[in-house]
Amino acid sequence: MSANIHDIHDQHHHTPSGLMRWITTTNHKDIGSLYLWFSLLMFFIGGFMALIIRAELFEPGLQLVIPGFFNQMTTMHALIMIFGAVMPAFVGLANWQIPIMIGAPDMALPRLNNWSFWILPFAFTMLLSTLFFDSGGPAAGWTLYPPLSLQGGNSMPFVILSIHLLGISSILGAINVIATILNMRAPGMTLMKMPIFIWTWLITAFLLIAAMPVLAGAITMLLTDRFFGTSFFTASGGGDPVMFQHIFWFFGHPEVYILILPAFGIVSTIIPAFSRKKLFGYDSMVYATASIALLSFIVWAHHMFTVGMPLAGEIFFMLTTMLIAVPTGVKVFNWVATMWKGSMTFETPMLFALAFIILFTIGGFSGLMLAMTPADFQYHDTYFVVAHFHYVLVPGAVFAIIAAVYYWLPKWTGKMYSESLGKLHFWLTTIFVNVTFFPMHFVGLAGMPRRIPDYPVQFADFNAIASVGAFGFGLSQILFVYILYNTLKKDVTADDKVWDGAEGLEWTLSSPPPYHSFEKAPRVE
Amino acid sequence: MKNYLYMLALALPAEIMADWEVNMPRGVTPTSEIAYDIHMLMFWITVVIGILVFGVMIYSIIYHRKSVGHQPAKFHESTKVEIIWTVIPFLILVVCAVPATKALIMMEDTSDAGITLKVTGYQWMWEYEYLEDGVNFFSKIDNESNRARRLNSGQNVNNVDNYLRNVDNVVVLPTDTKVRVLLTASDVIHAWWVPELGGKKDAIPGYVNELWINIKKPGVYRGACAELCGKDHGFMPIVVRAVPKMEYEKWVTLQKDNRVAETKGN
Repeated sequence: MSANIHDIHDQHHHTPSGLMRWITTTNHKDIGSLYLWFSLLMFFIGGFMALIIRAELFEPGLQLVIPGFFNQMTTMHALIMIFGAVMPAFVGLANWQIPIMIGAPDMALPRLNNWSFWILPFAFTMLLSTLFFDSGGPAAGWTLYPPLSLQGGNSMPFVILSIHLLGISSILGAINVIATILNMRAPGMTLMKMPIFIWTWLITAFLLIAAMPVLAGAITMLLTDRFFGTSFFTASGGGDPVMFQHIFWFFGHPEVYILILPAFGIVSTIIPAFSRKKLFGYDSMVYATASIALLSFIVWAHHMFTVGMPLAGEIFFMLTTMLIAVPTGVKVFNWVATMWKGSMTFETPMLFALAFIILFTIGGFSGLMLAMTPADFQYHDTYFVVAHFHYVLVPGAVFAIIAAVYYWLPKWTGKMYSESLGKLHFWLTTIFVNVTFFPMHFVGLAGMPRRIPDYPVQFADFNAIASVGAFGFGLSQILFVYILYNTLKKDVTADDKVWDGAEGLEWTLSSPPPYHSFEKAPRVE
Repeated sequence: MKNYLYMLALALPAEIMADWEVNMPRGVTPTSEIAYDIHMLMFWITVVIGILVFGVMIYSIIYHRKSVGHQPAKFHESTKVEIIWTVIPFLILVVCAVPATKALIMMEDTSDAGITLKVTGYQWMWEYEYLEDGVNFFSKIDNESNRARRLNSGQNVNNVDNYLRNVDNVVVLPTDTKVRVLLTASDVIHAWWVPELGGKKDAIPGYVNELWINIKKPGVYRGACAELCGKDHGFMPIVVRAVPKMEYEKWVTLQKDNRVAETKGN
């Protein structure tokens, strides 16, 4: 992405060229680009798996795959999309944006940065290679619940090792983000003057450091249960299968917010820029983000209301989960208040950000319904849950990532994307995302369990619609790749400011920005 | 013409819309009804909030746009407004939490049950034991569905009666009786779920979970395993036939006689 910029600044810098340049790079922009391209690749691999799933579910009866392979697809689709597509995309955005938004020359720990990226291709090669084993890939769901996951074939140790690697990569990335934000801000930029995207990433980084080791512990216990004769989770040896779920979701719920807090930051950046009005309630946005992060550690068992917890536990986790609606509501109200009496224009990033607010809120509504334990006994493990988390992750997290790419791409490359193609991409994506996921609410409420390769004929019609939507959504993303290609082959023409309503230090730099973003720290008043 | 349309509208839902079910069934037990009520309460609250928030947003998108010449205002905070929209959602949540907590207490009270049904999950079938009446049997997917569901079975599953919803041995339960269901599993975690009889509970190896049902209406109720339990997770249906108490007693006697006959035969 930044190949041409690099050449200009390379003369005094002596870095290798070609492939070695990318392998040895310690530059935040290069590493950011690597993360983003890698996540795009994973998005397509995970998306391809989703299309296998939707093709099989197009009509009742098994037409394409056997149930065992279907389960491998659902498991891998989730692992790839969460750890391969969404998380690396946010880290890529952090790499590109944090230094240029806080007025720093680069990230604080450049070599660590290089390593945390280059772990990923190896981890995912190992993870994906399990699909070619005789016994196939992991098939127990991405949540890896024992005892089922202990029954898995030879893939299990490979999956666990690759998740360990992903965890190491995430933790290193998070350390780098925290070190950069806390130490390298431009003089005058106090914490409460930081751009909101920086705030959300700072909080996300702490969540990562707190949550990932918990996952590592859980999967290590799985590994020793399987290979070293321990019985942490096997009832026949005195262990407790439910304990795994508690440990897993103690990681899993903060993980959910790791996937959405940076998205909040992006939307809180884009909405003011295209409303030509300052973000409403900056302070309350920061406090809301922090409250959501803190609450995320005391709500985990709402993922497991049906395991037979004591009544007091069910009530506690229901009430704490409901509380999350308060800070999340504050965020949504603040976004709407930012738009109120603004002077809005609707370029592609703004369109994606607006769709984010509406569709993420719909996902939030179903989340509030799911929080109610009595009703959750019905919703749990049905397509209603599938609809819910896809609404917060696809038109939520993924839309925010796409919005961020459109918003900052002209800054990164100095080249403007085609606005009409961008809008076409937006409309196709938004229509198809709803065609795909909205009917899932209906079949879920009507009684269709999730993670099944085949279903009774009464669910056929809505499943057919969802499958059509999924293929439409998938194909629309090829347009996104074309738009990127089309933009990158243009000449540098974008203004430094790019968007007239945008604020922040990144817009004071040239487009594309210099190799070492801020050689001299700017002053923030 | 008007009449014709009206009749069509009446006829359509029954015939075609049968497959387009969009909502949770209200069910036939106190627990399914309370789950439905909480579900609908939350649904309507979110609908109202949604209309308000999206309404303001859409109004703003239409009238506060640059192309109609709207100039941006300067305000960017208001402690008063922010306190209001923190406190009001909190109060709404309190209003929801009270009935939900009451419902939960009612749902988890398995005391004073008339009969006890022990359900054990296996890969991939269920075992049912009637603890008081001494009846027990296994129940798995019926042969017709099981043949049709194979990859490239060549059978049109639409022609299979109750495809993936039928079993060889049906669970028979008395109506108007509080039935305590004990749940466990022998291999991996399963979940026993019949939507019209209320919520699900996991059947976990090493655990005995419990839930209760009290079926108010005789009929056949169908469900399925709801926790991923391996390759045939999608193929372990549950069928419960609810009958009046007298008929249930007869069924129990018949089961016992059959078993005696079987034992003698051996």
